Amino acid sequence: MNKMSLSFLSRPENEVFARNAVAAFALPLNPTLSELSDVKTAVSEAVTNAIVHGYGETEGWIKVDCGIGDGTIHITVSDSGKGIEDLSQALTPFFTTLPQEEHSGMGFTIMQTFMSSFSVRSQKGEGTEVTMSKHFGARADEDAR
Amino acid sequence: MKLLCCPKGDSLYLYLSGELDDCSVSRLRAETDALIDEHAGLSRAIFNLAGVRFMDSTGIGFLIGRYKKLKQYGIAMFLENPDSCADKVLLVSGVYSLIPKV
Repeated sequence: MNKMSLSFLSRPENEVFARNAVAAFALPLNPTLSELSDVKTAVSEAVTNAIVHGYGETEGWIKVDCGIGDGTIHITVSDSGKGIEDLSQALTPFFTTLPQEEHSGMGFTIMQTFMSSFSVRSQKGEGTEVTMSKHFGARADEDAR
Repeated sequence: MKLLCCPKGDSLYLYLSGELDDCSVSRLRAETDALIDEHAGLSRAIFNLAGVRFMDSTGIGFLIGRYKKLKQYGIAMFLENPDSCADKVLLVSGVYSLIPKV
C-alpha cells in the first residue's frame, strides 16, 4: 500500500491545500470526477471541523494520513484540540455547537454519506481522530455482478 | 470566491463562482448581505451556482443564513444551476425543501 502523511497548522487557508493534496494522491486509482469530489468534500469537512471546533481560537497541528491500495483510499484526519464532548449528539444531522456562526451541522453526515466507511474517536481535552475510506469503482463492481 | 450581481425586473440574480468553504465564506457573506440590503425592495433572489467548483457543508450554512435574511425582507430565494458536486451536497442536506431549485 502506498502511503503519505501531511502535517499543517490549523489555518483556514490550509483547507484547500489538504483536500487537493489528498485528491492528487488518490489519482493513481483512477477515480471518477464524482468519486474524487466526494473525497475532497469529506476531507474538507474533517479538516474544517479540526480548525473550527477542535482548535477554535487557538492554533495547533492537524495531521492527515492516507493510504491507497486495492482501489481504495484510506484517510485519517487527526487533531490534538479540545475533543468532542458528546459524540452521538455531534453525529446528529443539523446539530451544531456554533449556530450563531451559521454552521450547518451537516459535516459528519456528509462524511458518512460520501465515503464507504467512516468512524470517529474523540477524547475530551485530547483531540479527535476521523477515519474514513472510499472504494473507487463501486458502481462498476456492481455492474459487473 | 467571486460574486456578481444583476438586478432584473423584480428579481436579484447573484452569480457565485470559485470554491465555497470555511476559508472563503466570511467575505462572501459580507458582500452578499450588503447586496441584499441594497436591493431589499425586490421580491425574488436567485443564486446561480454554475461557477461554484467546490462546496462543502459551510456552503449549506451560508445558503440557509441568506435564506433567513431574505425572509426578513419578504424576499423568496431560489437556487440555479449547481454542478453535480454541489447538487449532491445540497440534496443530502435537504436544502431544496427550503430553497427550491429553478
